[in-house]
Amino acid sequence: MALILNEEQELLRDSARDFLNGRSPVAFLRELRDSGREWSDELWTEMADMGWAGIVVPEVYGGLEFGYLGAGLLAEECGRTLASSPFVSSALVCASIVAAKATEEQKSTLLPAIASGELVLALAWREKGIIDPAGTELTVAADGDSFVLQGVKTHVTDGDYAHAFIVPARTGGAAGDREGLSFFLVEKDAEGLEIESTLNADNHRTAQIRFDSVKVGADSLLGEQGQAWASLEKALDIGAISLSAELLGIAEESFERTIEYLKERKQFGVPVGSFQALHHRAAILFCELHLCRSLVLKALEAIDEDSEDLSLLASSAKTKCGRTARLAVNEAVQMHAGIGMTDEYDIGFFMKRAAAARQEYGDEYYHSERFARIRGY
Amino acid sequence: MNDLEVFRKETREWLEKYCPVSMRKPMKSEKDQCWGGRKGTFQSEDQRLWMKRMAERGWTAPQWPAEYGGGGLSKAEAKILREELGRIKARRALDSFGVDMLGPALLKFASEEQKKRYIPEIVNGEIRWCQGYSEPNAGSDLASLQARAEDCGDHFLVNGQKVWTSYADRADWIFCLVRTDFEAPKHQGISFLLIDMESEGVSTRPIKLISGNSPFCETFFEDVKVPKENLVGELNKGWDIAKYLLTHEREMIGGFGIAMAGRETLGGTALRIRGDKGGKLQDGGLRADVTAFEIDEIAFALTLERTVAEAKAGHGAGATSSMLKYFGTELNKIRNEILMSIGGPDALAWGEDDQVTQVKHWLRSKGNSIEGGTSEIQLNIIARRVLGLPA
Repeated sequence: MALILNEEQELLRDSARDFLNGRSPVAFLRELRDSGREWSDELWTEMADMGWAGIVVPEVYGGLEFGYLGAGLLAEECGRTLASSPFVSSALVCASIVAAKATEEQKSTLLPAIASGELVLALAWREKGIIDPAGTELTVAADGDSFVLQGVKTHVTDGDYAHAFIVPARTGGAAGDREGLSFFLVEKDAEGLEIESTLNADNHRTAQIRFDSVKVGADSLLGEQGQAWASLEKALDIGAISLSAELLGIAEESFERTIEYLKERKQFGVPVGSFQALHHRAAILFCELHLCRSLVLKALEAIDEDSEDLSLLASSAKTKCGRTARLAVNEAVQMHAGIGMTDEYDIGFFMKRAAAARQEYGDEYYHSERFARIRGY
Repeated sequence: MNDLEVFRKETREWLEKYCPVSMRKPMKSEKDQCWGGRKGTFQSEDQRLWMKRMAERGWTAPQWPAEYGGGGLSKAEAKILREELGRIKARRALDSFGVDMLGPALLKFASEEQKKRYIPEIVNGEIRWCQGYSEPNAGSDLASLQARAEDCGDHFLVNGQKVWTSYADRADWIFCLVRTDFEAPKHQGISFLLIDMESEGVSTRPIKLISGNSPFCETFFEDVKVPKENLVGELNKGWDIAKYLLTHEREMIGGFGIAMAGRETLGGTALRIRGDKGGKLQDGGLRADVTAFEIDEIAFALTLERTVAEAKAGHGAGATSSMLKYFGTELNKIRNEILMSIGGPDALAWGEDDQVTQVKHWLRSKGNSIEGGTSEIQLNIIARRVLGLPA
């Protein structure tokens, strides 16, 4: 309920900022891209060593149990330097499903491995043509004690990087039903599983995963059969809120870089930042960013407090931060003008990442539609 | 039970006993507001009693020092009082520019003698104040004001004109910015004067607005004698007081109308008036506009909450009041535009003169981003003071 950070949280944010500025500035993303890579195992190991991978994992399973507000600060800082890692998908989204659904035995194996960063999980929830997870069609047939998965998942964030996937699949009901969904944990090298990944503009890869009669044992079921909906929806809300935090970081950093540039760049013998046409646009963006921060903080607190407004706040935050980030990166490139269009200059990286982050866990159209539905109109 | 719990219990009991039942019903129009003052009349005996009882406890200005008649409450106690008033949906006992604007400035800048004289009158609703800032040629460029006060030994002689003086025709006194040094740079020759509206040479003329209402006046000063003791703060240092006061005003206007809890949501209104198709608003475009507004409304309410939390923790963003003023008023305008669309042709009905219809609300809202410093002025302040962009 605070909407402001306590001392511990401020410390976490400051140390994350120092770490990322030193270890993974935008120049590092450029280096990865120029050498044909999308991620760095070393960077992820260092993040995990600082406890990031276990930031929301309970202490008894080797995590920090620091909460989602702290986790959101890390996501925001990653947005500022465009640091790439499976932090959100594995340590926040998938960890929440394991913590909510897995048996004690599964938890005691999976959670410490997630918290140490050794195990990277990805949530393969999206399917062709749907953003609404209730539309899940991937089928499951029982085969003795085992299950056989058939279907295709698309746009899996960190799908190339992950060691295993959490797969929501239909064990009952029909596409569109919230009932009848179950989680399966499927290893990357399971027989019949085929991964095909696409390199996107932001130098991240998203994967399409084909399940062709993939057979998994009964122990790969996470939680009760047919009861996945509530945790799936919550996990996706966590994803949307974390991405909102990242988008806020992206937008703030592009904004601050732009303001600095406006003070330096001279035309007609004066800094271009002296023109009122730019003053007002910058000031409006400043106000929008301020509003985004309030939403992000409240939404992160809602995860920690298990608030009944979680979905409403997640959709508000993702819509608002997506739109504001779009405005921020567009203004950034426009106000940098010619140099903003060059690959040599960093600002374009922010534009590309913002476009991708806006798509993850549902775009603004999906989330405003959902907001209206929750509000009853 | 700790002290605050005791305070809550006692407050609740007191309100239960002394807040008249008719003062717990929503106001029907602006006429139900109680402004007090020498010329003030009460709509009902209940309204008079409610103001009097609240004033006696100093609860018309809960956090002002008790020695000047204020409530002397701590922040925590004042919050409890607000919550308890909200719980029984009590009307505001006294609407007052004295409470909202002048009082805080007097407490900060006035002499002991002035505080003792003016603050209790404000708390008790005896004197209704209005604000004399803008002039025909000093709007956004307020500091270029020309109303003059000449030093005539024991008094000032005031000449000039003010405009957009809210409710000047109903006010008893005016707090005024006047020029007292004509050689100095424009911000440094301004003084802050208190003037009795009954003084000889003061006259007012209401301005009819596009909404048909006349909440504002022109105020004229012709050789008005004002005692020297009515100067607040130092001579030629009035701009500091003006700035302080404008900050209060911005916060008031910015929060106005938008952060009203318990009001029907815009989506609810749309659904009620326009009807649904399969549980959804029929018009997809309207639905998208309503959603965008509602998300901004939530974000704005949270930002107000966060601003309070930051102020308590002793660190806030600069120019917060400018940001809130800008966003709050722009949002209220959008809200009224959407309400007009929801109502369609029916929303255009003008109504009786004293009836506050949607179309009048809509027209009135256009003033929100003009009064108290235009949106453009707020953006200038943010760009220069917070972002440090060169002028």
